[in-house]
Amino acid sequence: MLVGPLFLFILFTFFIPIGDMLFRSVENSIVTDILPRSTKLLADWDSTTNELPSEAVFAAMVADIKEGRKARTITRVGQRLNYEAPGMSSLFRSSARKTKRMKEGPYKPALIKAHKRWGKVETWKVIKQFIPKYTAGYFLAAVDAKQELNGDIVRLGDEKRIYIDLFWRTLRLSLIITALTLILGFPIAYLMAILPTKSSNLLLIFVLLPFWTSLLVRTTAWIALLQQQGVINELLVFVGLVGTDNRPQMIHNEFGAIVAMTHILLPFMVLPLFSVMKTIPKSYVRAAVSLGAHPWAAFWKVYFPGTIPGIGAGAILVFILAIGYYITPELVGGTTGTFISNRIAHHISSSLNWGLAAALGVILLGIVVALYLLYDKIVGIDNMKLG
Amino acid sequence: MKLTRNLAVAVIGAASFAVAGSAAAETELVVVSWGGAYSASQQNAYHAPYMKANPGIKIINDDSAPEAVAKLRAMNEVGKVTWDLVDAVASDAMRLCDEGLALPIDADKDLAPAPDGTPASKDFGDLLVSECFIPQIVYSTTFGYRTDKVKSKPTSVCDVFDLKKIPGKRSLEKKPINNFEWALLCDGVAPDKIYDVMGSDGGVDRALKKLGTIKDQVIWWTKGAQTPQLLADGEVVMGSTYNGRLFSLIEEEKQPVAMLWDWQVFDLDGWIIPKGTKNLEAVKKFVRYATDTQRLADQAKFISYGPARKSSAPMVSKHAKLGIDMKPHMPTDPNNAKNTLLFNYEFWADNQDDFTERFEAWLAKK
Repeated sequence: MLVGPLFLFILFTFFIPIGDMLFRSVENSIVTDILPRSTKLLADWDSTTNELPSEAVFAAMVADIKEGRKARTITRVGQRLNYEAPGMSSLFRSSARKTKRMKEGPYKPALIKAHKRWGKVETWKVIKQFIPKYTAGYFLAAVDAKQELNGDIVRLGDEKRIYIDLFWRTLRLSLIITALTLILGFPIAYLMAILPTKSSNLLLIFVLLPFWTSLLVRTTAWIALLQQQGVINELLVFVGLVGTDNRPQMIHNEFGAIVAMTHILLPFMVLPLFSVMKTIPKSYVRAAVSLGAHPWAAFWKVYFPGTIPGIGAGAILVFILAIGYYITPELVGGTTGTFISNRIAHHISSSLNWGLAAALGVILLGIVVALYLLYDKIVGIDNMKLG
Repeated sequence: MKLTRNLAVAVIGAASFAVAGSAAAETELVVVSWGGAYSASQQNAYHAPYMKANPGIKIINDDSAPEAVAKLRAMNEVGKVTWDLVDAVASDAMRLCDEGLALPIDADKDLAPAPDGTPASKDFGDLLVSECFIPQIVYSTTFGYRTDKVKSKPTSVCDVFDLKKIPGKRSLEKKPINNFEWALLCDGVAPDKIYDVMGSDGGVDRALKKLGTIKDQVIWWTKGAQTPQLLADGEVVMGSTYNGRLFSLIEEEKQPVAMLWDWQVFDLDGWIIPKGTKNLEAVKKFVRYATDTQRLADQAKFISYGPARKSSAPMVSKHAKLGIDMKPHMPTDPNNAKNTLLFNYEFWADNQDDFTERFEAWLAKK
């Protein structure tokens, strides 16, 4: 009862909007909504004969286009179908202008005269293929496949494959970043845990300081440091390690994305580690050593197992944040360091193919949930501790 | 006791001030723009003088134009449009118009005639590319190069593809538009055949192959400010961006950079009135004022983009702060516009999605 308000808040501001967005990955009522008459007739058309639909279908199409033009919706259907077959966008836009003058039949020659694509069976097959209210088209596109007009599902040609590679890259880079934050963060957290409070507080401020700096500033700072005319390259040239003409490329690629994101996500690893280490009594290690254990063995066998809940919490936090990261790879990732989220953002804000963006989002969400369950199975989620 | 009375006076005073304040600013117009020097030029040329002349109007600038299409679509779906005027490039304006998210305008009724009486539809001419589009400026995407870092001075856009003549990194926009045109042009395609070749089988492969000759020397940009920054840092020896950005890099920041105008690609930027605006009358009045001949010419005092009206061109004068003559810096100046391309809206509306996927897949491969 007491969680009621929060539950409702989350329901309305989080689950419902996200559910609505995810639903777009299969939703496809636009074709029948805007072309109601012609799609009804097209459903009965036998596309295997390779003959154009009848005059009645053409007449219905002209009526649909006329009405869609008045309601200013006709180009939306063109845009939707353009995702599947390039050229549909201009087909509907230019036909819409010309149908104005079509007062009476026969409509078949008139429409073909308006745009020659109406005389091609493929055009009608594409429309027929997207009559169903739900489509797998977006999901297929999200895994580099498409459904042919005869119903077969095929992989796209090599020159068009992009998303599966991007998913793998996103996972691979996120794992590397998680591992690096652990390697770098563990000693700092350990130092903070064993030092007296006064000096550990100072260290804590150094860890938190980047948190209070804008994300964009931190990312841009890495550009200034790593670029070819940047601080690090100048230094390398100055001490004579590299010649001035073959300065290494350290930004606008995978390396730059890994470095910048490791730095930005480091606090998310250090803080859970630190809070868990704080609770491990120092006397454990002392007891182990006084009982004859080698200091290394004492650390490894006694201290380290106690930190595992912190490692689990930090790793899962960093990994999940990394997998959906957007602005840093966009700015420093170049072409080899971009993530799947950059493509999702592209489809949301630039190409406006929200269905495909939603399908990519669903897959990404699925991967995260699957990894979470895997983690739960191997490490156990009850073991995780944030502090 | 005295204290409370003083407090009460202060509160009443503040309240009446607030009431007076709200009475003075009755209508708030939210105008969406691109930010940076561009928003500033609009504020100086249009917003400030208009607010001065009309105390009842307050114009609020919102720098959301880069996401405007997606945001307008979302606003429309929830049925709450909070913008009154939106800056958009021509292709986006056409798309918004197609989707019914922008209101159509009647150029001769809604826009002011030229000072000599020429109706607006004639004065803007071909630039009225869509019935919803209110053109403001002509801009171009073109190249700038570091005068102190190039081996020899580039004279043609094809020097971008010539690593022997001009070694070093170059920056190009991370999308197929413009790059495909330049690649095919420099691969020997006649200028008037570019779109025939690009649309034919193997056309995209040909463009990508040409771009492939310089692929490992390219830094791809996504934001207009990136190329000026890369040029200033010496990270690239040449790069494409919007001509106004290069102008401020060269003339305002005095960097050793020069323009390469060869085969610049013209595009238009302007306004659309979003469907669902609550201040239609007020915004139409503002648009009529802001797009008259004088105002469009005034904007060119602050940024080097060409005014969209024919009648404004002779009135382009000197830069407001630098005092230099702006005419030679306009993309439309005859000396700069010897070889030009115009953004092909129809072609890209059809092929943008498909070609972008091809381009991205190509980029992702080593």
